[in-house]
Amino acid sequence: MNLRAVRAIYVHEMKRFFRTLMESLLSPVISTSLYFVVFGAAIGSRIDQVEGVSYGAFIVPGLIMLSVMTQGISNASFGIYFPKFIGTIYELLSAPVNFFEIVLGYVGAAATKSLMIGVVILFTAGFFVELEVRHPLAMLAFLVLTCLSFSLFGFIIGIWAENFQQLQVIPLLVITPLVFLGGSFYSISMLPPVWQTITLFNPVVYLVSGFRWSFFGQADVPVGLSLLAIAGFTALCLFLVWLIFKTGYRIKA
Amino acid sequence: MASIVAVKDLQKVYGDGFEALKGVSLSIRKGEILALLGPNGAGKTTLISALCGITTPSGGQATIGGHDILSEYRAARAMVGLVPQEVSLEPFEKVINTVRFSRGLFGRPRDDAFLEQTLRELSLWDKRNNLTKELSGGMKRRVLIAKALCHEPQVLFLDEPTAGVDVELRRDMWRTIEGLRQKGVTIILTTHYIEEAEAIADRIAVINRGEILLIEEKGALMTRMGRKSLRIELDDPIDAVPAALAAYDLELSPDGHFLSYHYKTGGEGTGITRLLQALAQAGLSLRDIHTSQSSLEEIFVGLVREDAA
Repeated sequence: MNLRAVRAIYVHEMKRFFRTLMESLLSPVISTSLYFVVFGAAIGSRIDQVEGVSYGAFIVPGLIMLSVMTQGISNASFGIYFPKFIGTIYELLSAPVNFFEIVLGYVGAAATKSLMIGVVILFTAGFFVELEVRHPLAMLAFLVLTCLSFSLFGFIIGIWAENFQQLQVIPLLVITPLVFLGGSFYSISMLPPVWQTITLFNPVVYLVSGFRWSFFGQADVPVGLSLLAIAGFTALCLFLVWLIFKTGYRIKA
Repeated sequence: MASIVAVKDLQKVYGDGFEALKGVSLSIRKGEILALLGPNGAGKTTLISALCGITTPSGGQATIGGHDILSEYRAARAMVGLVPQEVSLEPFEKVINTVRFSRGLFGRPRDDAFLEQTLRELSLWDKRNNLTKELSGGMKRRVLIAKALCHEPQVLFLDEPTAGVDVELRRDMWRTIEGLRQKGVTIILTTHYIEEAEAIADRIAVINRGEILLIEEKGALMTRMGRKSLRIELDDPIDAVPAALAAYDLELSPDGHFLSYHYKTGGEGTGITRLLQALAQAGLSLRDIHTSQSSLEEIFVGLVREDAA
């Protein structure tokens, strides 16, 4: 195992993050604050409570998930797309490293970044609403696993993308709708029965539900199922990344 | 001499069926400078890419330092530094950081003293805190060399190191390469500048259309393939070559002032003594004589043309 290479990639990626620290942290904080103003204050004042939790607090887990997923994807996809775009990927390919070390470096850094953003949002939310976390360990586990799996997913997108537009397409066209329709801003039980069934095919439902359970002790779907879903998604992404490096898909001629 | 890179029947067929390497075999000796000479699209870069892990060969074998490039890729690649043809550098990264990154990537422990020495030798130390995008083209190329050298490789691949570089910088680069050779680094460079191969290589391999046409000592190649010509300037112009000189196959210039004689340097005798005696006997008085050697370029063009025929 070439741990020095993993460290080199990780440090290099984190440096990029800290170079643009203000932009990296400011935009998620501002957008979260806006959500609180619009959903929490304006709409929430009319909804009052959802399953015994104030609406402002109810949307916090979903908001964190939204940021963590999109940040994980965009950080990891950009991280590996950029060397491909400017040609510096030659160095990675010619170095004595295997795919696992490359992924560990890039995905580790992207996951760290989104974890930091998730924590910052959690604290920002603390300014707007009173929060309780009933199962802190489970909360951390869900958060870390989500950061990891979506950074992995982002890494795959970064390898697949052939231009900057494609880099944006998946987060914009797939993730954002899934999160919005995944019970971030409402409980599934508030939907008509047909939609409740359809929603169960949305993988994000399981993440948001499990994450919310770690805060308030209530879930739309069983927690075990949530864990299984996220573990399955991580495994699928790992398998795809392994396949990519085995075949050299879009990185080796 | 021991070979450090051994390539056997290496093939590369791209997805569209294009055969970039048609069974290349060659052996590179430890400590030499080998110039891989060939026209654009000959397969020079593909060969280097296959050896360095950037592209996967379709068939054949290769070892670097005795390590198979596929099954023992870690040991093989750790010995190799690669300077690519295209200048690819992360624009917002400081020189020192990008070099430190490369060293880490190759699994070497941090060694700031060695990095300083490497950057100083490449006249980059003063620029270490500059972003790579602030550097001139020549400087960027040297950063690429620094990145390739910072993990102390024993084999250095230089893919057209002086393409698009001005004359002075090119000579500078040659000096750098010579300095590396003196340290014991084996150097393989591709080029389509013949004068470059002629100036710095020990051996020359000519590659065309995915095949090695020949690999030979530079001197031996020049002697074997090289022709010299002797140009004789006459005091008084003549209308025709005198009959007494017919055996020498001389060429007379249209104005009648010059006679040219071609001979091979690799042959037994050149025939120059006899020719000069014959000229004197024919009553010609000479103003000046001048010899010139055919360059590698002519040899090369001849070879490639033969190959195409």
